[in-house]
Amino acid sequence: MRELAAITALTIVVALLPAFVTSGFALNLAIMVLYTTLLGQAWNVLAGFGGQFSFGHALFFGTGAYASAALQVHLGVNAWLALPVAIACGAAAGAFVGALSFRYGLRGSYFALVTLAFAEVFRILANSVAFTGGGVGLLLPLKESAANLQFAGKAGFLYLILAFVLAGFLVSWWLKHSRFGAWLAAVRDSEESAAALGVDVFRVKLGAIALSAALMSAGGFFYVQYFHYIDPHIAYGPAVSVEALLGPIAGGLGTVFGPLLGAAMLQLLGELTRNLAGDAPGVSLVVYGVVLIGMVTFLPRGIAGLIARRGA
Amino acid sequence: MLEVRGVSIRFGGVQALDGVSLAVAAGGITALIGPNGAGKSTLFSVVSGFLAPNAGTVHFLGEDVTGVAPHRLCRMGIARTFQIVQPFAAQTVRENIAVGAHLARPSRREALAHAERVAERVGLAQLDKLAANLTVAARKRLELARALATGPKLLLLDEVLAGLNPNEVAAVLPVVRAIRDSGVTVFMIEHVMQAVMNLADTVFVLNEGRLIAGGPPAQIASDARVIEAYLGHGAAERLRRAAEAAHA
Repeated sequence: MRELAAITALTIVVALLPAFVTSGFALNLAIMVLYTTLLGQAWNVLAGFGGQFSFGHALFFGTGAYASAALQVHLGVNAWLALPVAIACGAAAGAFVGALSFRYGLRGSYFALVTLAFAEVFRILANSVAFTGGGVGLLLPLKESAANLQFAGKAGFLYLILAFVLAGFLVSWWLKHSRFGAWLAAVRDSEESAAALGVDVFRVKLGAIALSAALMSAGGFFYVQYFHYIDPHIAYGPAVSVEALLGPIAGGLGTVFGPLLGAAMLQLLGELTRNLAGDAPGVSLVVYGVVLIGMVTFLPRGIAGLIARRGA
Repeated sequence: MLEVRGVSIRFGGVQALDGVSLAVAAGGITALIGPNGAGKSTLFSVVSGFLAPNAGTVHFLGEDVTGVAPHRLCRMGIARTFQIVQPFAAQTVRENIAVGAHLARPSRREALAHAERVAERVGLAQLDKLAANLTVAARKRLELARALATGPKLLLLDEVLAGLNPNEVAAVLPVVRAIRDSGVTVFMIEHVMQAVMNLADTVFVLNEGRLIAGGPPAQIASDARVIEAYLGHGAAERLRRAAEAAHA
């Protein structure tokens, strides 16, 4: 219950943000933190709660992004109507990859490699077929109005991503307090024991990857609406996959608030290092990398783990 | 209740089980014994659905369940423990048991409440301790509690007493007996002979993948083939002569 209270408080604070903060920079930073949180929450469902480490979550991100962009650009479908279709396509892609890899018992690094390979295949496909716009990508036409999901200010986008992140929080909370979540944690800790206790391991894993992919595709949808543009490298490239896993690992795997803590920390660190060494190219990335190595070494259970230890 | 008919299974060049047939009667405690590598755990894996036999069938409550997946068998009423315990290490004792309790209870609260009752039945305290921090004896009880929480009709116990000291063994015996008295049929693999003699109504003996004897414990203890399986060829004969010499 304390977690639900914290989620509610957090939502209210962020929702009130535009009333007090008018700086575009600050609102953009808040949006990017929430956006990174959403990607982390998606990955955390499958890897943190389910122990299945994907290295190709870009597959679901890109599928959500392209599904909405293609509908909006080619068929003139309203963005709000494209949203459920994008999420359904992402979940279907998740179920497809999950069915293939879990049916054949792929675990650990093999599962990670298969997801990476699928994302790469889709990147090459998106580069070669017409309806994705090939390597040129798709550009959303500008039609500014809330009915088109093209808000005049940053506040509208902040509310949109906040709604997605809230959904991510509720999914994470539900996984901690439901039978499905208990089964998923059992599968993560010992598949054999779980099966002996009546858990249908295959179906639980399939449900987890579909749920994870659905959240991830919402991230892809948001990206397209916010930046009005998508191309194969952004959609299916490894950068998004890495972005999705860094947050939860730094913040705390399999926790409700880990993805948010990680995302906030990494975004702020990114801003800081960019400003520190603005002139020397690459220096900021080196600092960023060193801090990340330090975190993984000294905080194996992430920031959430550190807070839990302090609290105990 | 459980009937194994002519089950054979082969791993490469090793015939792990060779035409094993046995029946477990409802309501009792049946033990399966045999030297290391005799195929006891393999037989359990076949019965619980983790391995499909090359030949033969398994019948549970009159139904052919050969090759049925473990989670389905569990839903039909067969629960098992593992010889090498596999607790959900990152979870508490209560959460571990609740996984089994969830089989018949969708509600999280009910499953956690049932987990507490089961823990009490097997004498597990410290419900909020992480499974990773339990002693060997407590892990064995946890393994038993999880299986019991699924509400089985038939409970397969794979060496729940192994690695325990005599005091701990003595403490678990009444637990197993109480499970039997509650109406759960128990089929157990055990090396601790004191426990087998104490608990079991029927004992089956496996050696090199074949069933070599079956019957009441007292009869098995004096069976020449069983003694030879454990102590080597000719051991029964030597023991008999030594006993006669002592009497003379």
